[in-house]
Amino acid sequence: MDQVIHFRSAVALAGRFPVLAGADLDVARGEIVLLQGANGAGKTSLLRACAGLLRVAAGEAWVLGENLVADPRAVRRRIGLFGHSTALYEDLNAVDNVRFAVRASGGAVSAVVPAMERLGLTGRLTATSVGALSAGQRRRVALAVLLARDPELWLLDEPHAGLDAEHRDLLDVLVEEAVGRGATVVLASHEADRARRLAGRIVTVAGGVVSAQAPSLSPVQPEATAHVA
Amino acid sequence: MWRDAVVVGGKDLRVEMHSRVTTTQVAPYAILVLLLFGFAFDQNHAILSQAAPGLFWMAVLLCSMLAVQRSFALEAADGARDGLRLSGLDPAGIFLGKAAAVALQLVILEVVLGLGIAVLFGTTFHNPALLVLSAAAATVGLASAGTLYGMVAAGLRVRETLLPLLILPVVAPVLLGATQAWMAALGLTTADGWRWLTLLVSFAAIYVTFGVLSFSVLVEEA
Repeated sequence: MDQVIHFRSAVALAGRFPVLAGADLDVARGEIVLLQGANGAGKTSLLRACAGLLRVAAGEAWVLGENLVADPRAVRRRIGLFGHSTALYEDLNAVDNVRFAVRASGGAVSAVVPAMERLGLTGRLTATSVGALSAGQRRRVALAVLLARDPELWLLDEPHAGLDAEHRDLLDVLVEEAVGRGATVVLASHEADRARRLAGRIVTVAGGVVSAQAPSLSPVQPEATAHVA
Repeated sequence: MWRDAVVVGGKDLRVEMHSRVTTTQVAPYAILVLLLFGFAFDQNHAILSQAAPGLFWMAVLLCSMLAVQRSFALEAADGARDGLRLSGLDPAGIFLGKAAAVALQLVILEVVLGLGIAVLFGTTFHNPALLVLSAAAATVGLASAGTLYGMVAAGLRVRETLLPLLILPVVAPVLLGATQAWMAALGLTTADGWRWLTLLVSFAAIYVTFGVLSFSVLVEEA
């Protein structure tokens, strides 16, 4: 099976604190994997490590065939991270933000307008400074960046937060469409029901390690999980 | 690298065009500095005319702090720096783009301040070639050193107060060289201004090279 993520005993530090303390994770191409765990368990750190934004100090970390321990930058252009922050510039309007992000990552600028239209960002919204948009609208602009870039690996950290019901549903559709195009998705979410419906597999993170894995066909029961040694 | 520099520089200038911080805040600040110098010297034209190059470059130096701080404040907000890193842009391109955007803003300020010293201090320009070339070299030096140290301070909570402490001692040669070159260009001294231009060009070349080579480490560690 084509591995997109392969982490073995991955250790990452925030200062001197190990935010990943020997994490093992394998994700195959086309999978949708849900990371679950308590606050501070290491879900965001694991996603950031997969994106090459958090340096893996020890262990193995391969993403899309690139060794992140040797070169964390190698894989970034092929990854999209939709997280707590939007990475948008407040003084730029929505379309300029999306256009810059797409240009910067070497993507096709022709994808900008269709992506924004898909997210309902049309008319005056495109020309409005991001600083003047609501939190939900900003999230939609950030999502338009992700859609326009169309990366091979989607890393989603609480992706449904801040979106209204209509756009939460749309996000789920976009994720499924991305997987249909061959992308792989790893998401962390506290919206258990919605995320479990979306994911094919659930990975439990605790204390900076992957503590359990299970298929997500039914709500996870502690005794049903296959514990990782 | 050059393509990435154009993308980043274009973005920073577009942000500036939208926010107009340079035109509505930094430029008035620079003019205010010149006016206050004028008041401090009791509007003595002889002293002001003699001190004009030093006052001009001191004002430019202070404004360059603001421009650099603004340039990196953009990246600190709402995870923009992570977005920049995740885009896979060449760090050398990021450096050149941000330095070019700062330099362009400084050029605009220098034109405004140049008019300011001509009007307020009665300064006349004798050697335009030396004046323009030394201004260009000093601007590149200030922008490149500022961008380099701006990135060093970017990840720190105390970046606003730390940045001037880091930059001001480093750019002292620019202040000295540009002031001396301009004194020669304005006919205020008989010293050879072209020698000072050599210092400015050397400073700019060193910091542009150093920035291009080291920015990848700084972007990752910030």
